[in-house]
Amino acid sequence: MTKAKRKRLIYNCITFAIVIIAFIVLQSMIENKTITRALKGQLIPICCWIVMAVSLNLVIGISGELSLGHAGFMSVGAFTGAVVSGYLLHGLGVENETLRLVLAIVGGGLIAGLAGVVIGIPVLRLRGDYLAIVTLAFGEIIRNLVNVTYIGVSDGALVFNFLRKNVPENTRMLVDGASGAVKVAKISTFTAGFVLVLITLVVVLNLINSRSGRAIKAIRDNRIAAESMGVPVTKYKMMAFVTAAVLAGMAGALYGLNSSTVVPSQFTFNQSINVLVFVVLGGLGNVLGSVISATLLTVLPEVLRAFADYRMLVYAIVLILVMIFTNNPTIRAFADRIFAPVKRLFTGKKEAEAA
Amino acid sequence: MTEKKRHSDTRMVPVPSHSIVPERDLGSQPVLETSHLGIEFGGLKAVEDFNLTIGRTEIAGLIGPNGAGKTTVFNLITKVYEPTTGTVLINGKDTHGMNIVQASRLGIARTFQNIRLFGNMSVEDNVCIGLHNQIRYSMMEGVLRLPRYWGAERKMHKEALELLSIFDMQDLADTQAGSLPYGAQRRLEIVRALATNPSLLLLDEPAAGMNPHETEELMENIIKIRDRFQIAIMLIEHDMNLVMGICEGICVLNYGKVIAKGTAQEIQNNPVVVEAYLGKRKEGEK
Repeated sequence: MTKAKRKRLIYNCITFAIVIIAFIVLQSMIENKTITRALKGQLIPICCWIVMAVSLNLVIGISGELSLGHAGFMSVGAFTGAVVSGYLLHGLGVENETLRLVLAIVGGGLIAGLAGVVIGIPVLRLRGDYLAIVTLAFGEIIRNLVNVTYIGVSDGALVFNFLRKNVPENTRMLVDGASGAVKVAKISTFTAGFVLVLITLVVVLNLINSRSGRAIKAIRDNRIAAESMGVPVTKYKMMAFVTAAVLAGMAGALYGLNSSTVVPSQFTFNQSINVLVFVVLGGLGNVLGSVISATLLTVLPEVLRAFADYRMLVYAIVLILVMIFTNNPTIRAFADRIFAPVKRLFTGKKEAEAA
Repeated sequence: MTEKKRHSDTRMVPVPSHSIVPERDLGSQPVLETSHLGIEFGGLKAVEDFNLTIGRTEIAGLIGPNGAGKTTVFNLITKVYEPTTGTVLINGKDTHGMNIVQASRLGIARTFQNIRLFGNMSVEDNVCIGLHNQIRYSMMEGVLRLPRYWGAERKMHKEALELLSIFDMQDLADTQAGSLPYGAQRRLEIVRALATNPSLLLLDEPAAGMNPHETEELMENIIKIRDRFQIAIMLIEHDMNLVMGICEGICVLNYGKVIAKGTAQEIQNNPVVVEAYLGKRKEGEK
């Protein structure tokens, strides 16, 4: 095995190990009832935001396109999930919660992926910042679209309309326009969140280290050279974008089924920027970084609840500081010196000789 | 066969009447045929009436003063630009309306004057991008790590190292491409282009930034590559030692027009070429 491959393998193993150990610790804390209620309530959202951050990292860090509407895909997933789960319960009478959750997550992922295809086909053929502009608009469009969408179950059949007055009287509403999805059965579990995080990590890490992932990275590094090597640019940009959309939709479904009401205004531009902050803070293209920063930045506001009003201010300051520190050669050299012994531990003595 | 065989299945094309190819390539179809190729940028004729035929195993040179339109010719052949006039046939196929990717699949590969490597990726991964269409497996097979993934990756690794060994670069496989020295970056670009299994390799100033010793080595390697892969190579170069040393057919461009074509000897003694490079000799001057 070559040195680069070994390094990659170690990196992947560390990523998985951290996630699995965190799950085991938290799960045992839940069983021993030593976990605080506030933290317990945050577990599923943390899983969702990890998936969101890792999937957005695939678009921004790996494929190098700026997407500002990731919360839009989450929204699509959340409402699709609520509809699927509600229809299975009220329309088809499926009582099994696990089955409903799984189908809701799969459904949320599929519909969000479809939305990704619809947006990606025209936009990813262009060069420049068009994707940022269109995804920004997409997030807003989805929010306004859900505001006027009425979906319900009437006599075991799915009712869909854009006008409230056209919906029959005896309908059990699943998505009620601006009030969002109401009386959702809370069926999300921490285990499901953990499995979703694992699936996301497997998909993204394996994709990055495969033929397709190499092509995606090549397009990011130099589009013309990649084309000259016979790499179809649009296809691989689509692949990254749609995969991210599917994962965001799945996270959305899990997120939506974690609370009794989901409103469209939960998934605003601010949320997209939040996820972007996770990605930038964790490092572009760094999957483990996304996992850690998503976790920290989701927990932190809860811990500092008293300062919640200043959260955005703190975000801005942290972002600026991180950018200054990571780009400062002196600080980088200092950090490298500190971490050198740790690195040597993993990569063997060769590195030390080279340095 | 004494007559040069030129044919096109679909349509008749104007055949340049004054092209030369090596005698050994007479029996086979030329790799590249351009006829009346030209492009205008807003009224400026960057390249005009460019006719060239390159034999199957020829090493061809494209020279000319700065701004003569040499790189533009490469961009026309590789379909970075769509020509305003004329046709490009690659292996006998008309490339009209094709994009860069389709043209590359017909068997052209190129290097760039201003190096365009995938700087954040390893040397081996750069070569693997060249192998992208040679060794294939689907996204799903990659994500699920099915047996085909492992087989293909192993084959890719082996082939990448073998290609890198042409320039003795196999030890650098793990290095980040962007951190290689300049000369090595140029060599890596050639390896990456070779990995696409081309029938025509276009080299845009391969010796730029190399010292005389490295250039010497590069000349040997270009011939070695031609002999080993049996492909045609067309190169743009300002180093006349290299061009005159290894190019069989040479084409001289000036102001977008071909001013001379011929063997190295013919070009060196051509007064028009000398004039283009050095200017007109004054009356009575020795």
